[in-house]
Amino acid sequence: MAVSFTLNGKAVNFEGDPETPILWVLRDHLDVTSPKYGCGAGLCGACTVHLDGAAIRSCSTPISSASGKSVTTLEGLSSKVGKALQDAWIEFDVPQCGYCQTGQMMSAADLLTKKKKPNSEEIKNAMSGNICRCGTYSRIEKAVKRAADKLA
Amino acid sequence: MKNHSVKNPGRRQFIQQGTALTATLVVGMHLPLASEAATSSGDKPALANAWIRISPNNQITLICSRSEMGQDVYTSLPALLAEELNLPLAMIQVEMAGVAPIYVNAMLGGQITGGSTSVREAFDKLRTAGAATRTVLVQAAANRWNVSVDQCKAMNGKVTHASGKSATYGELAADAAKLSLPEKPALKSPANFMVIGKEAMRRLDTPVKVKGKAVYGIDVKIPGMAIASLAQCPVIGGTPTSFDATETLKVSGVIKVVQISDGIAVLAKDFYAARKGRDTLKIVWAEGSNANLSNTFVRKSLEEGLSQKGATIKAVGNVNADLAGGKIISAQYFLPYLAHSTMEPVNCSADVSNGKCRIIGPIQFQQGGQAVAAAAAGVKPEDVTIETTFLGGGFGRKLELDFIRQAAEISKAAKMPVKMLWTKEDDITHDFYRPMSIHKIDGVVGSNGQLVTMKAKMVSQSVTARAFPGFVKDGFDPFMVEGSNNLTYDIPNLEVTNVISDAGIRVGYWRSVSNALNAFAVESFVDEAAKAANKDPVTFRLSALKKQPRAEAVLKLAVQKSGYQAGSKKFGVAQMESYDTYSACILELDTAASNTKVKKITFVSDCGIVVHPDQARAQLTGGILYGLSAALANEITIKNGRVQQDNFNNYPSIRHNQVPEIEVHLISSQEKPGGLGEVGVPLVAPALANAIAVATGNRIRELPIKV
Repeated sequence: MAVSFTLNGKAVNFEGDPETPILWVLRDHLDVTSPKYGCGAGLCGACTVHLDGAAIRSCSTPISSASGKSVTTLEGLSSKVGKALQDAWIEFDVPQCGYCQTGQMMSAADLLTKKKKPNSEEIKNAMSGNICRCGTYSRIEKAVKRAADKLA
Repeated sequence: MKNHSVKNPGRRQFIQQGTALTATLVVGMHLPLASEAATSSGDKPALANAWIRISPNNQITLICSRSEMGQDVYTSLPALLAEELNLPLAMIQVEMAGVAPIYVNAMLGGQITGGSTSVREAFDKLRTAGAATRTVLVQAAANRWNVSVDQCKAMNGKVTHASGKSATYGELAADAAKLSLPEKPALKSPANFMVIGKEAMRRLDTPVKVKGKAVYGIDVKIPGMAIASLAQCPVIGGTPTSFDATETLKVSGVIKVVQISDGIAVLAKDFYAARKGRDTLKIVWAEGSNANLSNTFVRKSLEEGLSQKGATIKAVGNVNADLAGGKIISAQYFLPYLAHSTMEPVNCSADVSNGKCRIIGPIQFQQGGQAVAAAAAGVKPEDVTIETTFLGGGFGRKLELDFIRQAAEISKAAKMPVKMLWTKEDDITHDFYRPMSIHKIDGVVGSNGQLVTMKAKMVSQSVTARAFPGFVKDGFDPFMVEGSNNLTYDIPNLEVTNVISDAGIRVGYWRSVSNALNAFAVESFVDEAAKAANKDPVTFRLSALKKQPRAEAVLKLAVQKSGYQAGSKKFGVAQMESYDTYSACILELDTAASNTKVKKITFVSDCGIVVHPDQARAQLTGGILYGLSAALANEITIKNGRVQQDNFNNYPSIRHNQVPEIEVHLISSQEKPGGLGEVGVPLVAPALANAIAVATGNRIRELPIKV
């Protein structure tokens, strides 16, 4: 059974078990490795991608639910949002090991589409689904604010 | 410290270092930073040694021989070479090293990334390597122009002469490579540093990480490989007796099922299929000797260990002297087993074929990996290549070799390249845990109001006895004494003993190792002693630190920066030396909160010369939060030999909205560099327990703090 969806603006097909989580379709079949596997249970946010523009945990969302929809990873973020976030992440040298950061940026992108100028409290709460074991949180907060400023 | 870097780069040397060079080139194909290099003819290095490659078109590649797991070695180590080569970091490329004797960490005796040693061990070594290469580049220019070396200057990738002549390092590289490297080139004085210690310094690996292009172990792809999920015995140490894979082989996407020494691996087209197939396996396990183990049993055996004499680590004065007028205090502290819980679960890729074994993965101990892979694959160690990817967190977990062996065994048995990936549940339930420990401390506060006697005994399993048994002699584990044989306090009568207790689950080095165990006990106890002496905890500490100006200075600055007020019922304090770095931590509670809530943590370190100030602060901040997660929420328990926690829901990590305000200050210093990667971890728990004690009167002697 094939599932058809759009990945970063391109039409793609997946032939296989429709219960396969989006994460593994992206990583193991389509070679898109920016979403990471962290917990497999929607607890850590490392696998965050957008489904029709909203952040989801791709480790626990089956590919069948992407049928006919649009999946966006870091690579496919609109150039304006993606660049603002990446520039801000670079400006503050946010990553340590870096493993969770693509997921962090996808959650940040989701936040910035819902809220143009989030305050510290809003950033902290919105980003609390994404765990960083290196403890880069305060830099993430600064970078989200900077990206928001640039997009304003 | 031994210098491994200064060698004559003649033909013989090239042959000797051939393994290293081959390996780095191979890795280059997998790491985007390195692969961005063009492959034109001018690109082939004209000068190449273990650390530096310079091509005729002036492409300069510096080799990083430590694993990048967040701690910034990818920038801070090349920076040491760049400093003496007079190169701005913008001019260099970095590659991960392969495995070779020249990359051995002299402080640890193996090619190991750990013990907060990377910068400490490399500081003189890499600057010397950079300076030696700069010397031959200048000499080559002087020879070419027939002038004196004194009139030539190397700067920004070019050698220039007073006459206006100039040549790039690349143009000089072929000639320079024919010259002998000086063994002891003069090194710059810190006042002349142009790279080291500069606030403006940026991480070289940020762009690839932020673009999602950094290759971690989990991202490795070998043509034709399968993805493997490994079923391991729920009791660590157990082995499969028999299995039935009938149902597994019916699962769509499953390719094959193979048995290895400690599990059954399901190979599939993707991880989901491998995992789904694995869940349908019927396996009979021999659970082994840990089948009935529980954490309560381990704790009981540690308590029994308290009656043993143990190894004497320190004996000063006479702890048994009769101290008339003294106030005797006694306390016992307990710390639980802990898991590392890296973001990137354990994984490794292997390709065993044609008598060779290729290993690619997130590895902290390359030589060990080479040895276990060779044994597992049945090939010679020299036929094993080790390619180190970026690590999605290490914290000591990826020092272990189990996953490298398993990947090699699976590839060999399946006769195909494989990427083995553990689930998060596998990772938490099959870790090498920080040992559970018990600390009994007795002390006397003398009539002078100071701690005049302290007798501290630690009982725990020994990580070193498992991992490097040759290093444990007469009950002395050099890593168990961290945080207890280097006390900064002036205590006239002091005895420190360690008892190694064998019973328990397998244990491993966990970020800051025994420093975190001993610091919790000692720094809690010192606070209890201060209370017995009726003294303010800061004043009490300072009076015992008069012979330790660096320890005194960090504590005083922490007091100043934190707004600490004696008698205010919200501050907790702790201080120590670890990894040659002196630190003080003052933690402020949010007294308005109904339960324990940390408002602010002020942390001050004197780590000597700082190579990368911004990342030094990042490391300390990260260590503080790693320690805070553990202090507040983390505990591994065991029932019937099975670890009972398995994911972030029951082994939580601090989240963004739980992070207190953190302020980190570095003391300007010209001392030799100290470590930083682990330094932030140990002081949080005692500072928190001490704050709770002053705020509530409730003395916490067991972690995690469940209030």
